[in-house]
Amino acid sequence: MLQTISILLENKPGALLRVTGVLSARGYNIETLTVAKTLDPELSRMTITVDVEDRLRTQVVKQMNKLVNVLQASDLTDSPAVIREMVLVRVRCPQDSRTSVLKEAEIFHSRIVDSSVEGFAIEATGDPEKLDEFIEVMRTYGEIEVSRSGSVGMSLETRKLRLQPPVQAAVPSGPGAVSSSTIPSGAAPSGSAPVPVI
Amino acid sequence: MQATDHHPHIRRAETGKLMTGAEMLLECLAREGVECFFGYPGGVTIPFYDALYSHHIRHVLVRHEENAVFAAEGWARATGKVGVCCATSGPGATNLLTGLVDALMDSIPLVAITGQVHSKLIGSDAFQEADTFGITRPATKHNFMVKSIAELPQIVHEAFFLAASGRPGPVLVDIPKDVFQARGHYTPVDTIHLPGYKLFTEGHAGQIRRAAQLVLEAERPMVYAGGGIILGNASAELTEFCELADSPAVCTLMALGALSVNHPSYISMPGMHGSYAANMAMSECDLLIALGTRFDDRVTGSLPTFARHARVIHVDIDPAEVGKNRNPDIPIVGDVKRVLSKMMKVMHELKAEIAPEAAAKKTEVRQKWWKQVRSWKEERPYDRARSATEIRPQHLMDTIDKLSGGQAIVCSDVGQHQMWAAQLIGFNEPRLWINSGGLGAMGFGVPSAMGAQMARPDKLVFAIAGDGGFQMSIPELATIVSQSLPIKIIVMNNGYLGMVRQWQTLFYNNRLSSVVLEGFPDAEKLASAYGFAGRTVEKPEELEDALRTAINYPGPYLLNVKVTPDENVYPMVPAGGAIFDMVFAPETPAVVSA
Repeated sequence: MLQTISILLENKPGALLRVTGVLSARGYNIETLTVAKTLDPELSRMTITVDVEDRLRTQVVKQMNKLVNVLQASDLTDSPAVIREMVLVRVRCPQDSRTSVLKEAEIFHSRIVDSSVEGFAIEATGDPEKLDEFIEVMRTYGEIEVSRSGSVGMSLETRKLRLQPPVQAAVPSGPGAVSSSTIPSGAAPSGSAPVPVI
Repeated sequence: MQATDHHPHIRRAETGKLMTGAEMLLECLAREGVECFFGYPGGVTIPFYDALYSHHIRHVLVRHEENAVFAAEGWARATGKVGVCCATSGPGATNLLTGLVDALMDSIPLVAITGQVHSKLIGSDAFQEADTFGITRPATKHNFMVKSIAELPQIVHEAFFLAASGRPGPVLVDIPKDVFQARGHYTPVDTIHLPGYKLFTEGHAGQIRRAAQLVLEAERPMVYAGGGIILGNASAELTEFCELADSPAVCTLMALGALSVNHPSYISMPGMHGSYAANMAMSECDLLIALGTRFDDRVTGSLPTFARHARVIHVDIDPAEVGKNRNPDIPIVGDVKRVLSKMMKVMHELKAEIAPEAAAKKTEVRQKWWKQVRSWKEERPYDRARSATEIRPQHLMDTIDKLSGGQAIVCSDVGQHQMWAAQLIGFNEPRLWINSGGLGAMGFGVPSAMGAQMARPDKLVFAIAGDGGFQMSIPELATIVSQSLPIKIIVMNNGYLGMVRQWQTLFYNNRLSSVVLEGFPDAEKLASAYGFAGRTVEKPEELEDALRTAINYPGPYLLNVKVTPDENVYPMVPAGGAIFDMVFAPETPAVVSA
């Protein structure tokens, strides 16, 4: 079964690779991946769907949460969430089936974004399985080309973000001074005021 | 301006001072308390080394970048401070890789600085260019590429903070040549803000209480202490806990010395080459108290049979380790030092509430368990037998144990000698046993001993290696001489890649494919070629004197000990087997009592 993971991460070079590295290092193939900035342009929201063995699902999400650039990784698979995808379909259809194509497009609540003598370009959004059906239907009208966005997910639960508060950096090492090189493991203060969900 | 701790005459740079990136990096290192680091210069790091020329921080020129990381690890493992190493771009950086993964596997705090080609050349397949940032991503806890001098100080301090805090690990900072050369106004960094870096330190109070309750109720408790005890400086808490819980304890390969070898609770190392008593006790306990450990396959053997009667308390600072290999009954994510202190506080409270009759009954049940554990210990102790004709490897390690008295630093390479050393050499305190545990990187012993000896000039430091691993480290003999490090290199020479040979013997019909190490050099000549002393010893009756000579020699010493070539390490749990199914030596060899 496909697992959907939603990740809030810092918009920094290499951050994407760190996340996908958790999966590739374990030999998993990513089915879909979308990423774009959030309301805060320094942060990105990523949705990944991947087929992970049941036993390792929690482990994968935990490993992602460990990444320094990741603020929060959560498994949307078994929790209340909306998952949507967009597809662009170019269908080359004969003149006599144009009306039927338009009708089908309407049934799927899709939009015609280009029309030419050769056929249409259609934009559809919805549940990924629904889009599979849409593509199947369009295929019956002629040669098609498809570009899918991959799943975009959003949890319907309120998830509190637990962020690390700032800590004091190394200070000049005078007597009694603290240097981060002598900070005992986990010495930084933990816990912080809840931050609104982004 | 403030003077530094170690160098009172050195004054820290003023805010706004104009300096180069190279000078800024050194300023940051000094502020982090770095006294010494290990490295190898190259084209793009020349500006950095130029600034270093007139700086107080000591740089140790190694003979291969891999050994710079291993030496920095030795420093870090011996002190608990962040080890630092430096390499140039391209081949310099790629040579660091093994050591970075080693530090990652063993959670060793480390900062690696690498030079990178000029920013304008990145991505052009420039001379000595490699995608260090990409290559080292899965080899580090975190890594950075510095894009401008403005972000340099912040990144360097973040790197040190990441390396040392939480579950420690290696952090790499890749710096292009032009950033070293650029000039900028230096502003000291006062805060580090890494919102996504989650630190879990305290442990859940409710879980700690439940754990304390279980510890007191258990009939056959067992403490399973891992490297986290040493990394978290929790040795004193562990000792107190074992006493309060009245429980036997094992220390894994990464935790030797966390509980003194002389402590009555201490059994030995568990696992593939652990003792009979340790593995039986792990298998038969009804409560396993896992502290700062990760249920490594070399400890657990087959997971379904591991500690099969036991409920499990698992304390670890890394949430991803809890439940990774074994689902604990009580998971506690936190710093083991703090969690143990809190747990003991609760235990004291709970103990006060127990009625005297119940307490007496409990003591009786526990004594039965202790009796059982002791009888396992007596039944099959480690083999320390000696031969009259050959030096058995066990004889060698037993003698080192006797001469070091649990006080010396022992830096081990990887292989059979590592297992015999771990079995037979005892340690009275943490940070004396230094080895490549998780990665098992051959060539680790000698360079890590350099770092350990630099950090602890007061200590007797042994580098114990096989004839295979030693030959991976020979270039560093020059470093040892140039730095006047009085390391005692003990080569356990059996003429084989012994551990591979053992597996071939036991599991591959003794087809000894590519494991015979011919052509080992004359130790005395080799040592004297580098300007120090060495010898080969073959006769069992000469061993102890030879070791004493090495120890008393006022400088480095190479002792090549020719041992029985075909000795196997026992007990052995075949890979994937249950740890109570141990294989023992087929027969007890001819014995001369120790």
